[in-house]
Amino acid sequence: MLKIKNLHASVEDKAILRGINLEVKPGEVHAIMGPNGSGKSTLASVIAGKEEYEVTEGEILLYEENIDELAAEERAHKGIFLSFQYPVEIPGVSVTNFMKTAINETRKAKGLEDMPANEMLKLIREKSELLEIDRKFLSRSLNEGFSGGEKKRNEIFQMAMLEPKLAILDETDSGLDIDALRIVANGVNKLKSKDNAVIVITHYQRLLDYIVPDFVHVLHNGRIVKSGTKELAHELEEKGYDWIKEEANA
Amino acid sequence: MELKEKLISSFLAFENRVDIDSPVHDVRSEAIKIFETQGFPTKKDEAWKYTSLNSILKHDYSVFPKNENRIEYNDVKKYFIHEIDSYKIVFIDGKYSSHLSQTTHDGLDVCLMSAALNKPKYQLIIKNYFNKIATKDSLTSLNTAFSQEGAYIQIPKNKIVDKPIQIIHFSTGDESALMQQPRNLIVVNENSHVQIIERHQSLTENPVLTNSVTEIFANKRAIVDYYKVQNDNEKASLIDNTFINQKQESHCSVHTFTFGGKLTRNNLNFYQNGERIDSTLKGVTIIGNKQHVDHNTLVHHIEPNCESHQDYKGIFNDSSTGVFNGKVVVNKEAQKTNAFQANNNILVSDKASINTKPQLEIFADDVKCSHGCTIGQLDESAMFYMRSRGIPEKEAKGLLMYAFSNNVLSSVKIPEIKQRITKIIATKLGVNIGFDL
Repeated sequence: MLKIKNLHASVEDKAILRGINLEVKPGEVHAIMGPNGSGKSTLASVIAGKEEYEVTEGEILLYEENIDELAAEERAHKGIFLSFQYPVEIPGVSVTNFMKTAINETRKAKGLEDMPANEMLKLIREKSELLEIDRKFLSRSLNEGFSGGEKKRNEIFQMAMLEPKLAILDETDSGLDIDALRIVANGVNKLKSKDNAVIVITHYQRLLDYIVPDFVHVLHNGRIVKSGTKELAHELEEKGYDWIKEEANA
Repeated sequence: MELKEKLISSFLAFENRVDIDSPVHDVRSEAIKIFETQGFPTKKDEAWKYTSLNSILKHDYSVFPKNENRIEYNDVKKYFIHEIDSYKIVFIDGKYSSHLSQTTHDGLDVCLMSAALNKPKYQLIIKNYFNKIATKDSLTSLNTAFSQEGAYIQIPKNKIVDKPIQIIHFSTGDESALMQQPRNLIVVNENSHVQIIERHQSLTENPVLTNSVTEIFANKRAIVDYYKVQNDNEKASLIDNTFINQKQESHCSVHTFTFGGKLTRNNLNFYQNGERIDSTLKGVTIIGNKQHVDHNTLVHHIEPNCESHQDYKGIFNDSSTGVFNGKVVVNKEAQKTNAFQANNNILVSDKASINTKPQLEIFADDVKCSHGCTIGQLDESAMFYMRSRGIPEKEAKGLLMYAFSNNVLSSVKIPEIKQRITKIIATKLGVNIGFDL
């Protein structure tokens, strides 16, 4: 589904990604771990199409199609979803209206009519129950005044609404208490199928107890320096990242 | 002949025509003298530092339109908030149009300034209210000198007016260039409530200059909600001078929606003459091309325990220019005043500009006054966030700008106006906002 080949990316001429190779197949869960500043969030943003990042070398293929030149919204229409580490507050647009716009713009891009209002309401009800989101919450301005946990739950709610092929969860566990973590992870797991895939970017093992990865990759200095199975995450939790850095620098 | 000279020499003819024995004869004569002394304001005047009238004063305006024009309702229906039942006072080229108007009323006055000025039964009202709060500056004085027609509205005590009142001025442009000076007087008595919508609309490509004066008196516990829809074509200019005198516990709000016009200047003045008064001044401005909009507000807190809320949002495209000058005066006696002012602007183009200037003069020591001005571009992180959800760039921009102006709309009490303004905003921003608001 997703193939990343020798990806180099920089922001303001500063190289951040220095040759990433990664393949994600349908039905898989990949975890990307690594110390601060290793390039995890940059990788997420580059895949999602943030314009500040310039791809200087390599390519990103989605279903064998090069998506380098596609705008963020076009990538979204093709099924890429990014759950933000810091979701942006948008005063004046309610959660519901934002989702209606996002869904109908995506349908428009696919040549479909707007979703009928009753169908939309049913979908919103269903998905908000999945994420244990209060109805009142949906009429509030997007992310404005939301707690850290509410913001992250709202991200996964949006993911549930949009049903992406490839979901990238960028530090979705940060700022979550244990109950919120359980709800969020439960939501992600229920959305999993053999046709979609998830990339979980995290610092800690904690989230991976709930969303169990098939593969774990360690990012350091803009490269994947080690890949393994879920046991690697446990090892990192115990030993920290220093041994990885040493190994990589050796 | 320069416009100033033309106006002064027209005054004699005007006076002879409208009856030299009129009770306001002296007021008019005094006013034309003030205008003669002061002339049109220039950029040397502090209050006009960022707005030049030069480009609109160069036309050879006709001051007295000759022909009476007829307009069919269906051709101009779209300029009315036609979705609701309302009283309508309509003028064409400064003359009352009885066939477009709808003023059948009971227990209140929804009628004409010309009637109020001339009929003996209104003499006391004119004596007590006419030109009592309008300032003696040159443009207001010019209007006073030529004041003849406009809306006269008087709501007696304890009356909730059953439907909004729309005041609409059309100009048809049979003249090569037309200058209009509408004059409105609105008196709302104790415990009464009225909603008014005002619009100036040119139907011609010829230049139109409107110098309008509106005096509003809100007596004890009165509630007045006033909506100004300024979406005229780019040959028409408007100088709106509005003065509001509030008595104790009255609530007045003025929403100014400015999307059109070549040059628009709003002089909006609130005087709080009583305690526990609430004044609201809100505005949304979205302009482009070479349009110019200048909001000049004054809230004068005279007595204790009053509030004022000002919130103006502006979006400037192309080479458009904006001015916001918000003055708040708090007298020494006006303790416990709570005055809030905000002016936020987005410059969409590199060539657009805005000059924003809060001006606070506070003489009391136990008050809460806040003000904030911002000028910015669209938030890039918000743009990426929306686009990453599949909302294309243009729609995301529109939605963000809509959201930016949205909290000004939240205080609009007539849903049909809110819908209309939302539609205009969506059209202005070139987006289809995909949901009902």
